[in-house]
Amino acid sequence: MTASNNDRFDSVQDDALVEIRDVVFGYGARPVLQGINLTARRGQVVAIMGSSGCGKTTLLRLIGGQVRATQGTVRVAGESLGELDAEGLYRLRRRMGMLFQFGALFTDITVFDNVAYPLREHTDLAEETIRDLVLMKLNAVGLTGAADLMPSALSGGMARRVALARAIALDPMLVMYDEPFAGLDPISLGVTGNLIRRLTDTLGLTSLVVTHDVQESLKIVDYVYFVSAGVIVAEGTAAEILASDLPYVHQFVHGEADGPVPFHYQAPAYAEDLGLRSSRA
Amino acid sequence: MSKTVLDLWVGLFVIAGIAALLFLALKVGSMTAVNVGNSYEVVARFDNIGGLKPRAPVKSAGVVVGRVASIQFDNETYEAAVTLRIDKRYQFPKDTSAAIMTSGLLGEQYIGLEAGGDDKMLKDRDRIFLTQSAVVLENLIGHLIYGKAQEGAPQ
Amino acid sequence: MLRRAIENLGSRTIDGVWRIGFAARFFVAVLLHSGTAFRRFGLTIREMYFSGVLSLIIILVSGLFVGMVLGLQGYETLQTYGSEEALGILVALSLVRELGPVVAALLFASRAGSAITAEIGLMKATEQLTAMEMMAVNPIARVIAPRFWAGVISMPFLAALFSAMGIFGGYLVGVQLIGVDEGAFWSQMQSAVDFEEDILNGIIKSVVFGVAITAIALFEGYDAPPTAEGVSGATTRTVVTSSLAVLALDFVLTAFMFRGV
Ligand SMILES: Nc1ncnc2c1ncn2[C@@H]1O[C@H](COP(=O)(O)OP(=O)(O)O)[C@@H](O)[C@H]1O
Ligand SMILES: [Mg+2]
Repeated sequence: MTASNNDRFDSVQDDALVEIRDVVFGYGARPVLQGINLTARRGQVVAIMGSSGCGKTTLLRLIGGQVRATQGTVRVAGESLGELDAEGLYRLRRRMGMLFQFGALFTDITVFDNVAYPLREHTDLAEETIRDLVLMKLNAVGLTGAADLMPSALSGGMARRVALARAIALDPMLVMYDEPFAGLDPISLGVTGNLIRRLTDTLGLTSLVVTHDVQESLKIVDYVYFVSAGVIVAEGTAAEILASDLPYVHQFVHGEADGPVPFHYQAPAYAEDLGLRSSRA
Repeated sequence: MSKTVLDLWVGLFVIAGIAALLFLALKVGSMTAVNVGNSYEVVARFDNIGGLKPRAPVKSAGVVVGRVASIQFDNETYEAAVTLRIDKRYQFPKDTSAAIMTSGLLGEQYIGLEAGGDDKMLKDRDRIFLTQSAVVLENLIGHLIYGKAQEGAPQ
Repeated sequence: MLRRAIENLGSRTIDGVWRIGFAARFFVAVLLHSGTAFRRFGLTIREMYFSGVLSLIIILVSGLFVGMVLGLQGYETLQTYGSEEALGILVALSLVRELGPVVAALLFASRAGSAITAEIGLMKATEQLTAMEMMAVNPIARVIAPRFWAGVISMPFLAALFSAMGIFGGYLVGVQLIGVDEGAFWSQMQSAVDFEEDILNGIIKSVVFGVAITAIALFEGYDAPPTAEGVSGATTRTVVTSSLAVLALDFVLTAFMFRGV
């Protein structure tokens, strides 16, 4: 594997559901992404990894069209997000599902109504059909029994699975997961990982998983991108990543405290802060 | 809360709100305010209207038959031109007279109409020629004190 | 030191202007996306339950007490001039013109306005609004606009109920308790209270207050920083800002409506 090899996907462009080319983005004057290239092909589970604050969520926001790239193009299903108007964007979003880090369930309605929400908003289906569909989606995440609970009565892992059922309610082509493994116990971790893989395969989805749980995600993903300092620093299949001896990847995969990713957030040397002359400069 | 119970409550709320509005309109205020469609306007000119205000009642024999629509000052005759809006149900002869009266000693002022004997009735835009100005208390007292009572009730 | 103060002032001013611009854009967006609130009127009805029905108790009870106090105080004053019969006029005019719309609006701001801000702020903080957008549902149309119209519709009803309840309270104290003549109480009231001049203007006031309070409450919630302090600060600001807005608007409207007439 190499640090960047977009070329190998250009030949199979029709296969690519999400294509990000040379994307630059920043909040205000602060740059976050500085030339990202990324491709997710149909039917794949693609992981985006990187340390906290490196811009992974921002990347998902770009794909969902919540923010627009300052430079470069983001294409989803062949449509360039920068050129879509609000209506076009909404049309595209109906075919995307997004799983937020904390579920983002609507707290004033039941689990059932949460999953039914996109169906009721976007279709004219009869209430009975909606019921069947909702129970089917809840069944897919193993939570049929929780249908009548309020979201406040759910544990974190359950809430996230309900959110997943909601995200796939309209049978999207693309599902984005923002840190689906964060804060889960080992069992829920395995359940969630398997769920993502299974749903991707059975529903014919494409999944984009943002995570820093290397071990769990490497079990289920087809392809991995590493983001650092606003660019993709490494990419490859799960096997390639595990075998990689790139220092950055090695540090990340094996969870070493110090390495190319420094422990300290960029700051003037500590000594300078204390008013002493820095010997390190 | 189920949807129907919620709808029921909102329905009760709206009904109560409308009932309150009707109560205000009919029981508290006089919704009988003459509206433009069912009324005609006549003009009466006065030397002095005292404290008469727009919307003051127009009464005949003590019954409210209309309201003062507007009050203007005529810069040529130096008179007050008062437009009265009278309910169509009440018709008055052409020689009806209008006087500015006060309810009680210090109460609000209104216009009193006293029907004449003419065969023709007042129509929209007609003028009432016989008018009697407001009694201005200060003038009255002044007249009394200076013994000019013979100049009499203000004409 | 001075320079920092000036810089601070400058950036606060810019922030303020920016916020006003954002608020104006927000308000226009709410109006533009109001179609849903009427096409799916069920959404608005639901919100009328939360802002209107749940404010009923406090409005009715306060109205009754305000009217009873007006009855007592008014009687005391009018009695010295021997015109107790005018009690009905005093109670009705004070309520219909001023106290009904204004006090009902102040109560509405603290009862429903604060709840709206807290709810929207929390929905934003927990990414519910973003989630909605990602489901291709416009939160302005689906969440904000129905709450806006529910508030605007509820406010005049609440004000009318407050006034009606107050007049009833004045009647209880004046007529039933003190013994003012019942016929005079009602007839004097009727002849002095004008439908257009007094009642209609009072209703117009309450509609304006409803617009102001709900718009402020929704904007504060929508603009709240997505943190616990952010939402609590926004809730406080809603009550303070909308109460001040009600009083200031009341002055302006009164000056326009009853000026010199
Ligand atoms: N709405 C925002 N406004 C300004 N800065 C933001 C915003 N969201 C995120 N950031 C900043 O952008 C950077 C990337 O954030 P994010 O994409 O959330 O990182 P992560 O990889 O942890 O998901 C962070 O430094 C964060 O502080
Ligand atoms: Mg993140």
